[in-house]
Amino acid sequence: MHADFDSVRLVEVSRHFGRRRALSKVSLTVGAGDIVGLLGPNGAGKSTLIGLLATLVAPTAGAVRFGDRTAHAMGPALRQAIGLLAHELHLYPELSARQNLTFFAELYGLDPAATVDAALARAGLAERGDDEVNGFSRGMRQRLALERALLHDPRLVLFDEPFTGLDDRAVGLVSDRLRQLASAGAIVVLATHDLDLADGLVTRVALVRDGRLIADEPASSGLRARYRSAMGSA
Amino acid sequence: MKKMFAPLLVIVAAMFAAAPIMIAQAPFESTMGLIQKIFYYHVPSWMAMYSAIVVCGVASAIYLFKGRADVDCYAVSAAELAVLFGLMGLVTGPLWGRKAWGVWWQWDARLTSALLLELIFVAYLMVRKFGGPGSEKLAAATALFGTATAPFVYKSVDIWRTVHPKTSVVPLLASSMPGAGRPFALSSIAFILLFVVLLTLRVKLARQQNTLDNLYLAQEDR
Amino acid sequence: MFLRTALLVLRKDFAIEMKSLEVLLTTLFFAVSCVLVFAFAFVKDGRAPEDAAAGILWIAIAFAGTLALGRTFERERYSETLRALLLAPAPRAALYVGKLLGMLALLGVAEGLLVPLVAFLFQASAWFSRPLLLLAVLAGGTVGFAAVGTLFAAMLVRARSRDVLLPILLYPITIPVIIGGVRGTAALLASPADEVTATMWIGILFAFDVVFVTLSLWTFEPLMTE
Repeated sequence: MHADFDSVRLVEVSRHFGRRRALSKVSLTVGAGDIVGLLGPNGAGKSTLIGLLATLVAPTAGAVRFGDRTAHAMGPALRQAIGLLAHELHLYPELSARQNLTFFAELYGLDPAATVDAALARAGLAERGDDEVNGFSRGMRQRLALERALLHDPRLVLFDEPFTGLDDRAVGLVSDRLRQLASAGAIVVLATHDLDLADGLVTRVALVRDGRLIADEPASSGLRARYRSAMGSA
Repeated sequence: MKKMFAPLLVIVAAMFAAAPIMIAQAPFESTMGLIQKIFYYHVPSWMAMYSAIVVCGVASAIYLFKGRADVDCYAVSAAELAVLFGLMGLVTGPLWGRKAWGVWWQWDARLTSALLLELIFVAYLMVRKFGGPGSEKLAAATALFGTATAPFVYKSVDIWRTVHPKTSVVPLLASSMPGAGRPFALSSIAFILLFVVLLTLRVKLARQQNTLDNLYLAQEDR
Repeated sequence: MFLRTALLVLRKDFAIEMKSLEVLLTTLFFAVSCVLVFAFAFVKDGRAPEDAAAGILWIAIAFAGTLALGRTFERERYSETLRALLLAPAPRAALYVGKLLGMLALLGVAEGLLVPLVAFLFQASAWFSRPLLLLAVLAGGTVGFAAVGTLFAAMLVRARSRDVLLPILLYPITIPVIIGGVRGTAALLASPADEVTATMWIGILFAFDVVFVTLSLWTFEPLMTE
């Protein structure tokens, strides 16, 4: 774990493309130990928010602060503390599972000998390590992608729709992993439109619609009802 | 700047009205006769085009590194004007060449370089139109690289041509024709001022479009 | 960190390419087809026009290079691995350098095949009497073309119409490279070889390379951030 920052703050962040608004004046703080659920319909701006937190997208107004510094002030080293898993999985299909993990381990300055085998084991792919990824099923790829994203022990863990196409067992594994990360001090942000999966997993709920943050509160029971009422009335 | 606009417009209009008279009164060049007078439009067109290219390049660089949308207005306006004035030059050049030397296009250094720069800035406009979201940045990179390559283009095309020397296309008219100085200066200034006037108008339009976009966005906020 | 990251990216691309050699083989074959098309276009009575060899060589490099650029970055689009690369804890320009080195390696191999082929078909064996100068012209031109091409291909990855926009943007801007490359290699075909002209073009190409690699390194990060 990197003790670089304990929280990430979005301060009045807006992002628009010409006339199309992606985000409007979003202010949100996420802290260590939180599992924040970014919930909202498709096109609400969840992916843009994740992109902003990952420093892949720049805001057109407002600032993103890691601890109390901006990404620019922290430089490339900031990215050592960020882990992203999006829908596309970010794996090279022509390479084997082991080669994928080794590449990313070295990219993050880790010793592959120490980390890759353990990651393969956690993904349940120890015997398939030298097979090419394009022969893997969706579930296998997802497990591998999860390990790849977490290989360097990031402080800020960003998941964008990670549950798509997973069976129940896999969903359970991912959820458990997220809980472990949060209790170890990571900041977990999870964007999804699947309320059932979010229910019981997230500790905080940030509801997003049409680029605006319409609710930001601790999670409670009856997530679905809360979501419906918030979306319906706003 | 706003206050200067109306008087500037009047001055430019007056200059363009006066120019043909001055040009008609200017002495004839010995070998080419009447057609040489196209030079008073041809060369100032290039001056306006190069001014536009420099403005576009600088604005694009600032936009790329600082992200200020109002600077981007200058970049797109200047690019359009570069294409416009470039087109004027590329039409008057062959017209002159055809009449004076019997050939429409001889690959002379200046016209060829200008054609390449014209292509680069047409590409700029195409990127903005067809590039999809985020195309302003891509176009800015095109303009920046295009402006940076301009001296290389000119130098390499120039050397490429002088290996096989042909008749020099732009003779030293200023030295051979003392009476050409004043109308040439008038034309040059008139074209540069025309460029400034058009740039101001176009930037204003672009800014209004941005304001409109911002209003739409603000509207949704309510 | 910078150089390490660049070399890691290069090694990764090399590993992927070695599995199937897809981009290399198809690029080579395309380049050869290019040469043949131009041969049929220009050869008359069994002879090509003077200096045609130089022109044909560089056109083949430019066309094949453009295709290879598109295909290399298409690989990073699939599975959005480009995003993962941009998240590496190294200056993002290092990714550019890694990709550029890969492109240079690919074009180097292509030229290794094309130069002898063109020399063979168009009686241009005079090139090999001045190997160092020939290499310098090839290197100078290829670096310039690849430097601008890699940047543009990277920035166009998320754009619409990217396949056609790449050549539209790349060719006018790299015309000095084409001119320098063609005139430089043509100078070496003269008898005796015109070393002065070739050296002059090498100088111009070198200046172009320095300017545009620098410009690309500066602009890579702002362009890759959305």
